[in-house]
Amino acid sequence: MNIVVCVKQVPDTATERKLSSKDNTLDRDAADGVINELCEYAVEEALKIKEAHGGEVTVLTMGPAKATDTIRKALAMGADKAVHLVDDALHGSDALGTSHALAQTLKKIGFDLVILGSESTDARTGVLAAMLAERLGTPQLTLARKVDIDGSAISIERVTDYGYDKVTATLPAVVSVVEKINEPRYPSFKGIMAAKKKPVQTFGVADAEIDTAQVGLASSWSEVTEFAVAPPRAAGTIVKDEGDGGAKAAEFLASKKFI
Amino acid sequence: MSALNPEDFLDVDRDLSGEERAIRDTVRAYGDAELLPHVADWFEAGTIPDPRGLARSMGKLGVFGMHLTGYGCAGAGAVGYGVACRELEAVDSGLRSFVSVQGSLAMTAIHRYGTDAQKQEWLPRMVTGEALGCFGLTEPDSGSDPGSMRTRARRDGDDWVLDGTKMWITNGSVADVAIVWARTDEGIRGFLVPASAPGFSANVIHKKISLRASITSELVLDGVRLPKEALLPGAEGLKAPLSCLSEARYGIVWGAAGAARACLLSAIDYAKSRVQFDRPIAGFQLTQRKIADMLVDVNHAMLTALSIGRLKDAGNAHHAHVSFGKLANVRAAQRVAATARSILGANGITLEYPVMRHMVNLETVATYEGTEEVHALTLGRAVTGLDAFR
Ligand SMILES: Cc1cc2nc3c(=O)[nH]c(=O)nc-3n(C[C@H](O)[C@H](O)[C@H](O)COP(=O)(O)OP(=O)(O)OC[C@H]3O[C@@H](n4cnc5c(N)ncnc54)[C@H](O)[C@@H]3O)c2cc1C
Repeated sequence: MNIVVCVKQVPDTATERKLSSKDNTLDRDAADGVINELCEYAVEEALKIKEAHGGEVTVLTMGPAKATDTIRKALAMGADKAVHLVDDALHGSDALGTSHALAQTLKKIGFDLVILGSESTDARTGVLAAMLAERLGTPQLTLARKVDIDGSAISIERVTDYGYDKVTATLPAVVSVVEKINEPRYPSFKGIMAAKKKPVQTFGVADAEIDTAQVGLASSWSEVTEFAVAPPRAAGTIVKDEGDGGAKAAEFLASKKFI
Repeated sequence: MSALNPEDFLDVDRDLSGEERAIRDTVRAYGDAELLPHVADWFEAGTIPDPRGLARSMGKLGVFGMHLTGYGCAGAGAVGYGVACRELEAVDSGLRSFVSVQGSLAMTAIHRYGTDAQKQEWLPRMVTGEALGCFGLTEPDSGSDPGSMRTRARRDGDDWVLDGTKMWITNGSVADVAIVWARTDEGIRGFLVPASAPGFSANVIHKKISLRASITSELVLDGVRLPKEALLPGAEGLKAPLSCLSEARYGIVWGAAGAARACLLSAIDYAKSRVQFDRPIAGFQLTQRKIADMLVDVNHAMLTALSIGRLKDAGNAHHAHVSFGKLANVRAAQRVAATARSILGANGITLEYPVMRHMVNLETVATYEGTEEVHALTLGRAVTGLDAFR
């Protein structure tokens, strides 16, 4: 089975994240890039499916040159090879643009199963799996907490507010996973040492036949027009209880229109 | 004024390769998730409760013999191995010892001095943690001067028969195989002693107040009969075990920097939040002096480790370089741990914080693999040419 995992590099949530004042997009140079956490679960699931059913796991990453670190991490976990979609023309693409670029690339490299994390910690749109499936004309099995494959049949448990739905489809398909699905493995040191020898193919927009009118900042359907740093929290007010504490607390809540 | 990063103040890690960084991040993530939440309890209990389970999980990561090549070893190089030791010992010296003994002492002895059959039998299972090894050199009456050992191996037909006692042997009572060094008519030789061999027994040493998250044992060899295939053919004379010790000692150079860093970070964190005389104790000049001294010690230690690591990867590390690193870094770590402990006041003496655990662990680290005095003598000899050992 030919499994492609889409893996994104995001700014480390432990460091200070910034938008660039130049074009209001995420400043990817300002923070350390790390693998998006949910993508680790996606890689783990791909590796598990490969271990059970055979085949090959390809990592697909769209991102700037430094995203190779993230690709190596996925390869160190055990993926077989990678495709890095990197092109200045892609900078600033919104979800629609990104899904077009990835779908074009997926058509080029071929797949039986595409696995994604259900969202990224930077943009948090959570729509990419659905958009990709639509563009590829395949079923979408999103928010999976469990995936089963039997021949060309695939079924998942989709997490819902009330429990889960059982969703079945036929491969090829696009699956997005949630944290509950597995426990991602640590890359082994052997895996880390082997990762640098695994093939990473670089694609530009022309290689993947991406329509440049549909990608990049200028073609985005959404735009960040302005941003501001959240003001620091004001110091709290301390109410001293001199027998009238209850009344003072009620006064405070009323002033904030809570009561 | 925004604070600079005390974790790697001089950005020493900028020099790490992508793989070395990946190893660091993996061990850190593994240590934070799998070891740190338990280690204080293990220390208090005075043991590692599930050494087999720990060995398998560390084996999965690939830490055992990670600097070696072949037999399933990762071939990660000296700096890669060092970074792993640093991050493990930032959790606890006992856990780094667990790895040092398996990878640097037992596996290195087999890898360097063993026959193909010995390597095939043991190394693949030791890499994964399925099999555990220990390294028996020290004896009750023979420590810094291992040449005075009394354990004897005598030939009996084609067999060898071993008699003697080894002391302070890390993982001795959980090991499947003990690398035992013994005196023979042809000098000191090494033997692979399976734990199942009749006449071999191991007794846990209790009442330790240092390196408690580690199993330390006495090995008793009472007429242990071994076939001739148990001899490590490549190991002749004392220099064989000493060269294995140099490998493990190299890991300590990095490990001590990790323990020191953990103490520094704990102390800074505590000093910033602990308020006395109406302000954080970190704001007092006397505390800042302590913090500055610790910062210097930690960063010196990290630089020393990296410098020796690069020499080693280039094939230019002399064993005296490793002695330098052990002397300098363990001493630095001891200073940092004691200073950090003072900053934490009463809380500093508990297992709620890592500092006193590190502080007492470092007493062992300063003693094993050559005491501070022994390394001072080694350095003195290295640069004067005069031997002051005896
Ligand atoms: C927790 C723990 C785990 C250990 N694990 C192992 C293990 O797995 N395998 C193993 O083989 N050993 C192990 N050891 C033993 C360790 O290597 C020895 O303790 C060490 O070599 C020192 O020997 P000693 O304790 O006999 O001290 P001694 O050699 O008796 O030294 C006592 C003091 O005398 C000083 N001294 C000795 N000679 C001189 C000299 N020429 N000039 C000046 N001062 C001198 C020493 O520096 C020291 O301060 C372990 C020890 C501990 C505590």
